[in-house]
Amino acid sequence: MSRLQTRFAELKQHNRAALVTFITGGDPDYATSLAILKGLPAAGADVIELGMPFTDPMADGPAIQLANIRALAGKQNLAKTLQMVREFREGDSDTPLVLMGYFNPIHHYGVARFIEDAKAAGVDGLIVVDLPPEHNEDLCTPAQAVGLDFIRLTTPTTDDARLPTVLNGSSGFVYYVSVAGVTGAGSATLEHVEEAVARLRRHTELPVCIGFGIRTPEHAATIARLAEGVVVGSALIDQIADARSPEQAVEGVLGLCQRLAEGVRNARG
Amino acid sequence: MPGSQNSYRNGPDAKGLFGHFGGQYVAETLMPLIHDLAAEYEKAKADPEFIKELAYFQRDYVGRPSPLYFAERLTEHCGGAKIYLKREELNHTGAHKINNCIGQILLARRMGKKRIIAETGAGMHGVATATVAARFGMECVIFMGTTDIDRQQANVFRMKLLGATVIPVVAGTGTLKDAMNEALRDWVTNVHNTFYMIGTVAGPHPYPAMVRDFQAVIGKETREQILEKEGRLPDSLVACIGGGSNAIGLFHPFLDDAGVQIVGVEAAGYGIATGKHAASLNGGEPGVLHGNRTFLLQDDDGQIIDAHSISAGLDYPGIGPEHAWLHDVGRVEYTSVTDDEALAAFHQCCRLEGIIPALESAHALAEVFKRAPTLPKDHLMVVNLSGRGDKDMQTVMHHLGDALAPQENKA
Repeated sequence: MSRLQTRFAELKQHNRAALVTFITGGDPDYATSLAILKGLPAAGADVIELGMPFTDPMADGPAIQLANIRALAGKQNLAKTLQMVREFREGDSDTPLVLMGYFNPIHHYGVARFIEDAKAAGVDGLIVVDLPPEHNEDLCTPAQAVGLDFIRLTTPTTDDARLPTVLNGSSGFVYYVSVAGVTGAGSATLEHVEEAVARLRRHTELPVCIGFGIRTPEHAATIARLAEGVVVGSALIDQIADARSPEQAVEGVLGLCQRLAEGVRNARG
Repeated sequence: MPGSQNSYRNGPDAKGLFGHFGGQYVAETLMPLIHDLAAEYEKAKADPEFIKELAYFQRDYVGRPSPLYFAERLTEHCGGAKIYLKREELNHTGAHKINNCIGQILLARRMGKKRIIAETGAGMHGVATATVAARFGMECVIFMGTTDIDRQQANVFRMKLLGATVIPVVAGTGTLKDAMNEALRDWVTNVHNTFYMIGTVAGPHPYPAMVRDFQAVIGKETREQILEKEGRLPDSLVACIGGGSNAIGLFHPFLDDAGVQIVGVEAAGYGIATGKHAASLNGGEPGVLHGNRTFLLQDDDGQIIDAHSISAGLDYPGIGPEHAWLHDVGRVEYTSVTDDEALAAFHQCCRLEGIIPALESAHALAEVFKRAPTLPKDHLMVVNLSGRGDKDMQTVMHHLGDALAPQENKA
């Protein structure tokens, strides 16, 4: 079983949802970002999404755009993001880690080389925002061939006719983007999320994680009652943006992560 | 070549690919809409009513056909090839951009969309978009980088006069690429009621093919006009390239005419060796941005590098995927000219022909000044004068204000 399968199976046994946390690799600098990454599992993160910075994050809102800018200003690149994963794995061999980003840096690094290096570093899965199933052969197919999960985004615009196309070849989990919009934008109604999860369940047995616009422990708890996972990104990243020192950034992110984790863990209790 | 063994004109394939270039590299939220758009465009293309309506607006609203003008003084000055200018600058709103906007707004109306968004660099596409949105009574939001807003204030004012909301984009260097990112973000957010009017032959399929088809009226007219005037096809075509819509519009109807030499001119900015340029083919590498695989300016980590050109309309780090493919297969020759060369050509055109060209089009003219003198007098060369230079007064004054000052005092 992959790390993602194992993790979601464990959580199912404990009848609770996963807290999935997103941070951008190298934000605000390599050392601070690594300290945050290493601290996330103890702070309650069940699955980690690590952003690969890109100059043109077309699907991201202001918070993650700024995170990308900070990381790139600190000379973060794909090789360093993979190095972060290697350093993280030295102390954690259980927490699933998924790389998330845009295709161009991977394309430039070389797809075959990227897959090999990501696998060797201990990456479990990939989310590449601008690679729809229409372009499976570019990365999804070769990545899955070596056991890297390829996690797809499904959205409110992905209708029943299209869902099989999107889910075919998805693995790990399904990331439901609960609002049509960029990351960090307003949140969906509970009713919408309930309907969406019910619809997804008719099409897949993969765990469903819900993201976009989830910022508080209360909101996370509400979502945790409906789905197998709750994704939080922009709210954590705001802690980095607002911090006056690297120490404050680490404390801020891990502190919020703990509170979110409590919300998620007590949701079904 | 896509679709056929013996034509350069059948691309893209069903997946939106021109060889290895093009495609649909966008977020899932947009995929269903892009498929809808492609299907709707296929239907419209075959609908006689749509074709009739498009022709009506091209004629009575845009002012087509645009003249093919024998540039006698330019020809004499160069002393070689016989130079014709395709006068796209005489279109309503002053550039070729409106050819595409008229087509897309008719499509938006067919699809029941009420809100139009667009990105703009020089502001010409923004003005053309605001114009057709006003004509069809639709809400219009234009995304424009703050750097471009500074250097194209007259166009910003024009868009506002036409009822558009202009949203300044501060991200990146505040130029066309950043405006396009922001337009894509808006589209993802308002996908239910919004039509994204992309201004060039880039973006996800079907945009590169659709925008090309709407711009191909340039080449179709040129073909008829040159046959009427000269009784034969031209020997060469020259056009400037940012995203490449005016160029593909002129080139496409001639791609299968082996005797027609085709030259695309990229913006070399301060010079390609300086790294400060906008020449994606001559100074970039293949990559994926804004929905398509094409040549891009990028660094060793695949991060996009900001383009530089004196001309805001060419200031983009990518190029339409069909051009990338035509470059790859060698059908079109892609060269580049610097800011200084374009400025010199701009002046020559003003003085020799009494036509103030857009700085974008001045890049094509600069290439003409290099080539025409070396060619025989019976060589027919057609240059796309894609836009007029009124919008560039501020930029040109900034560069040459001092040189012109004494003459102004005398007058």
